[in-house]
Amino acid sequence: MRLEVHISSKEYANAAGARHEVLRHIAFTLEGGEVGVIVGPSGCGKTTLLRILTGLDHDYQGRVSRPGRQRIGMVFQEPRLLPWRSVEDNIRLAAPDVDAKRLSALFDVLELSGHRSHFPGELSLGLARRVALARALAIDPDFLVLDEPLASLDEALAARLRSQIALLLEGRSTTTLLVTHNLDDAVRLGDRLFLLSARPATILHTLPIRAPRSVRSESDVADIKNEIARLNHANG
Amino acid sequence: MRLVSVAVFFVTWWIASLLVGGAKLPPPPEVLQVMFAQAKTGALFLNLGVMLARVVVSFALAMSLGTAIGYWMGRHRLADRLGDPWLIILLNLPALVIIVLAYIWAGLTETAAIAAIAINKLPTAVVTLREGTRALDPALDEMARIFDFPRGRAFRHVVLPQLAPYIAAAARSGLALIWKIVLVAEFLGRPNGVGFEIGVAFQLFDIPLLLAYSLSFAAIVFLIETALVQPFEARLSRWRPRAA
Repeated sequence: MRLEVHISSKEYANAAGARHEVLRHIAFTLEGGEVGVIVGPSGCGKTTLLRILTGLDHDYQGRVSRPGRQRIGMVFQEPRLLPWRSVEDNIRLAAPDVDAKRLSALFDVLELSGHRSHFPGELSLGLARRVALARALAIDPDFLVLDEPLASLDEALAARLRSQIALLLEGRSTTTLLVTHNLDDAVRLGDRLFLLSARPATILHTLPIRAPRSVRSESDVADIKNEIARLNHANG
Repeated sequence: MRLVSVAVFFVTWWIASLLVGGAKLPPPPEVLQVMFAQAKTGALFLNLGVMLARVVVSFALAMSLGTAIGYWMGRHRLADRLGDPWLIILLNLPALVIIVLAYIWAGLTETAAIAAIAINKLPTAVVTLREGTRALDPALDEMARIFDFPRGRAFRHVVLPQLAPYIAAAARSGLALIWKIVLVAEFLGRPNGVGFEIGVAFQLFDIPLLLAYSLSFAAIVFLIETALVQPFEARLSRWRPRAA
């Protein structure tokens, strides 16, 4: 799925009626199967941008085009699971057509097999995030959106989930957009990085990553991070 | 433990009866005797039965209507603004006024009695469900939208479980209210039911009969609370982690 984004402006009105611009001139295109990463400081409007791209927010100036009707899978910052349904029910309610084999494979990769019948209240944040990820992937999405999927996990857990995500993204035609404030996640998972400024957020730099995800070495990662640091420095 | 509590009640009653005299407060055996006599003729079951039927119909009516209106008012600001003054009036109107007016306008009929009971209960159900609807988690709503839940699935699996504690609260307080009102409605304008019998006993100053019906009524309420309402509430909150 090809995603074309031309947002010229997005404003919020505060309680007093004053308007604040959150996004300004955000334009990019993602091709089918590409993993785009939006990197920006906390509170710069990344989540607002995602809400526009997924159709939750229509109040903006500009245009977002996605072809026809497609399935959107999203992992929100908070897992947003139904606390009164089991892990498996949560996934099946979102993806009623998922076949048992595919579901089992997903559970295996994400190490969730032992938690099928657990309720979300019994899960740690890391587990709940993996359930949310399984739910988003179970619908076999055309467009996958990950909003800070690794935030507030300890480093070991984050690294593990990061490699699970990388594994799951491999060889898919799903167009993916990842939002993060963590450079490590961005550099290890993305095909193309969009570096956002502070509010009103605009794209400062677009950075393609040439080395394929599966063979990206530590020195590649370090090089890209250096490049980003240089760009940020150049911007003051 | 409950049995002990019931035993203490009967013993206290007996002692009180000995203290104030059997004419004012007949002892338990005398009341139980009247109860058995009423049960033998079938009058007791008939009166309890019609009362229960009135409770069930008016309760179902008030709960379904109240849930629908409350949900609507919680979701739509305009509906809330339009409905609010009505709610305030209905909430504060004495049950007696509603019952008497219903009997005057619709005659001394079953419909009038059931409508009056339901209208008494309706506003509390509406208010509770409106609060519940306002407390719905918008994050889960968005999740259902993103994952394209059809309306029915979203309502059943996302909205309804969040409303369930409010529905249970409305049901519980509503049932308590209906128990109190149904007897007044029967007392004032029905030819049968526990309220009617209590009215007769009052006019004849037949204290054993009065107590026999009061006791049967209390027994029924107790039975329904423990056998239906409490297990229902437990079922609703099954998924919640148990408090230590």
